[in-house]
Amino acid sequence: MLDFIARRLIAIIPVLAVVAIFVFLMLRLTPGDPAAVIAGDNATSDQIAMIRGKLGLDLPIWQQFAIWIGDMLHGNFGESFFFKKTVVELIQQRLEPTLALSICTLIIAVFTAVPLGVLAAYRQGSWIDRIVMGFSVLGFSMPTFVIGYILIYIFAINLGWLPVQGYVRIGVDFWQFLERMVLPSITLAIVYIALLARITRASILEVLNEDYIRTARAKGLSTRVVLMRHALRNAAVPILTVIGIGIALLIGGAVVTESVYGLPGLGRLTVEAVLSRDFPTIQAVILMFSVVYVVINLLIDISYTLFDPRIRY
Amino acid sequence: MPDKKPVLEVRNLTVALPKGADRVHAVENVSFTVNPGEIVCLVGESGSGKSVIAFTVMGLLAKALKPTGGEILLEGENILAASEDRLRQLRCTRMSMIFQEPMTALNPVMTCGEQIDEVLETHTKLDAAARKAKIIAILTRVKLPEPERIYASFPHQLSGGQRQRIMIAMALVLDPVLLIADEPTTALDVTTQAEILKLIAELQEGQGTGVLFITHDFGVVAEIAHRVAVLRWGELVEMGPTEQILSRPTQDYTKMLIGSVPSIVPAHRGVRRDGETVLRTEKLGKTYVSKGFFQKGRTVRAAADVDLDIRRGETLGIVGESGSGKSTVARCIARLIDPTEGKVYLGDTEIATLPPGRLRPHRRKVQIVFQDPYRSLNPRMTVGDSIVEGPMNFGLSRSEALARARTLMETVRLDPNALDRYPHQFSGGQRQRICIARALAMEPELLIADEAVSALDVSVQKQVLELLDEIRQRLKLAVLFITHDLRVAAQICDFVAVMSQGKVVEYGAAEQVFGAPRHDYTKALFAAAPGRHWDFSKASAA
Repeated sequence: MLDFIARRLIAIIPVLAVVAIFVFLMLRLTPGDPAAVIAGDNATSDQIAMIRGKLGLDLPIWQQFAIWIGDMLHGNFGESFFFKKTVVELIQQRLEPTLALSICTLIIAVFTAVPLGVLAAYRQGSWIDRIVMGFSVLGFSMPTFVIGYILIYIFAINLGWLPVQGYVRIGVDFWQFLERMVLPSITLAIVYIALLARITRASILEVLNEDYIRTARAKGLSTRVVLMRHALRNAAVPILTVIGIGIALLIGGAVVTESVYGLPGLGRLTVEAVLSRDFPTIQAVILMFSVVYVVINLLIDISYTLFDPRIRY
Repeated sequence: MPDKKPVLEVRNLTVALPKGADRVHAVENVSFTVNPGEIVCLVGESGSGKSVIAFTVMGLLAKALKPTGGEILLEGENILAASEDRLRQLRCTRMSMIFQEPMTALNPVMTCGEQIDEVLETHTKLDAAARKAKIIAILTRVKLPEPERIYASFPHQLSGGQRQRIMIAMALVLDPVLLIADEPTTALDVTTQAEILKLIAELQEGQGTGVLFITHDFGVVAEIAHRVAVLRWGELVEMGPTEQILSRPTQDYTKMLIGSVPSIVPAHRGVRRDGETVLRTEKLGKTYVSKGFFQKGRTVRAAADVDLDIRRGETLGIVGESGSGKSTVARCIARLIDPTEGKVYLGDTEIATLPPGRLRPHRRKVQIVFQDPYRSLNPRMTVGDSIVEGPMNFGLSRSEALARARTLMETVRLDPNALDRYPHQFSGGQRQRICIARALAMEPELLIADEAVSALDVSVQKQVLELLDEIRQRLKLAVLFITHDLRVAAQICDFVAVMSQGKVVEYGAAEQVFGAPRHDYTKALFAAAPGRHWDFSKASAA
């Protein structure tokens, strides 16, 4: 087991190296000059050349890469061209809203979708099953921003129950924080509920045909125990896999949701950085997301062993 | 005199099949009783409705099946009229059930102890310590070694026999009056089967439990039953004490069924060792090595030092229990897997180490018929396409291959016009005939039958065995017959190799091996064969 974790952690290094090379090249080879952007509309070509020299943009590309990698290995992700702050500071500032949004979304999605999926499987073919599956199709096909605006229109504008936009830090006022998290989380959760409910239903249906479910019923156990203790745990592995993929997709979904609800998170930071050709920020954000993705996958793989004792690494 | 009121009375039970099935009722007008301390066997071929009856009693029928008439009285209480809640209360307290596949009947993600504990938690008010003590006691009673360790084990850490003991422990922990056993030993090796049958008999006698025992195997019936009910197409054909049904059956169907059971006394086949040698192995072996990145490699010797030879027109049987290496040997001979040691001579050619390109022409000469006719034919191809695929691959034109296929369909006694049908339109026995035709289409010199009749009902099995033997004689084929079933081996083999733990422990003429086994393992195998004292051929003569 420890052996497995060690191997997986070592495997992160080549993954990151490949991501780093890609990110670096992709950005350098796209047209557009960040020095011109920073210098502003009225800058002379001398001023632009000076800025370029200061940022190291006039060096050969392999030298730029070497300097960049060297800096990063020292934990120095550079300074944002655009925001005039170090990238580390910037990410720290923007981390909380995105983290909060992701966690709330996951909690809502898992605790809604899994019971719905189990219920739909148990009552296969009934009206509950049809409603859940119908909702699933709907959830997939509606774009996140449409869901967001509909929810804002109903709950924030017409009913006035919740604020329309904005973010309050969790440390400042917890209730205001929560109030402002509800709509964005639900918005983002809907597509995951759709996905997870489907997968849960499918895996439970498969498990319900297994012999040990018949054994459990022959023991005189109640339906609830049969479903939750015997069926769900055996169906857990595919469900966990999808949750893991979901977390990765969440990052993309966060961009739109954060924009709709005006949350100052990493998603919006990414968009702003791309629009202003802020190379250091883009690179750091992409690298960070790839680390997060690899680590989450590792955690999901490890969590398999908690649910299925036959899985050994 | 103990109370002789029956624990189970089934009266005129009728269970309807869903519309569109091949018949109206799964079970029709069946009545029988099980008395305390009595073992009643329901015996019949697949589709006879024996399992449906068991599941109806437990209230575990699939939703598509509905009991439409009759009564099932468990100690006088009609459980067809009982609510779902009442049924739940009765399960495992008054009536329990054990199943065919101990491999899949236990929840793989819970420890065995937890799974038995659930029964006590649901049905009793005992505290944790009392429950644990009760579980350890029942694990000891079903003769599991180191009950404490077994309690904490997951099912996959135990053998098939041990798992079935766990199922029995779970079923009997609350001393039910009725135990339903649905083919509980069918998936087990013969020696394990003997132990489990003995255990069930001991436990039910001790507690006076009534047992409804479902089986297709007359050997098992002879071994364990007090009374027997023979079922066919959902109807009760005949019922009576075991001795009477087995030796003096009155119904033709029962006579046919019992007459189909192969005798364990080998047939005298008059072997002359005069044919040319088709296949010879020399110190054949297969070792599996699994290696981890950091861990030390683990080696498993699936087969070692196997010396066999088969001549034209001869059948060599390899018998053994699961894991003995018999299928590994067959697969090495067919080069479906590569042997790691030794030589395989096909005629004069050594094929064990031949590279794939040069092996190809020899592939035609060895053909296999597999165990499961439901899964060894591609469901999306017509049987005709399945049969002609091989010969066409070796250069025959489609029309020539089809002509050959039509002849072969007649050889295996199927309608040649059925070549454009799909496998699901045939019964199990018919599919196995198709598999034989498919193998013969390649005009092999050696036919390997890997448990080829094990999945078939006894009457169908008899026909397929006769067909195989007839084809062997007519085509002067060499046949390698892999089986775990000693009765089948006794009837079809000229020579027998007994395998255990990857090695051939005894090898000789069938009459000699069956008549006077020398090796201890062979003796143990024969001693475990159910119903070995019973000569089923008597009944068919009567």
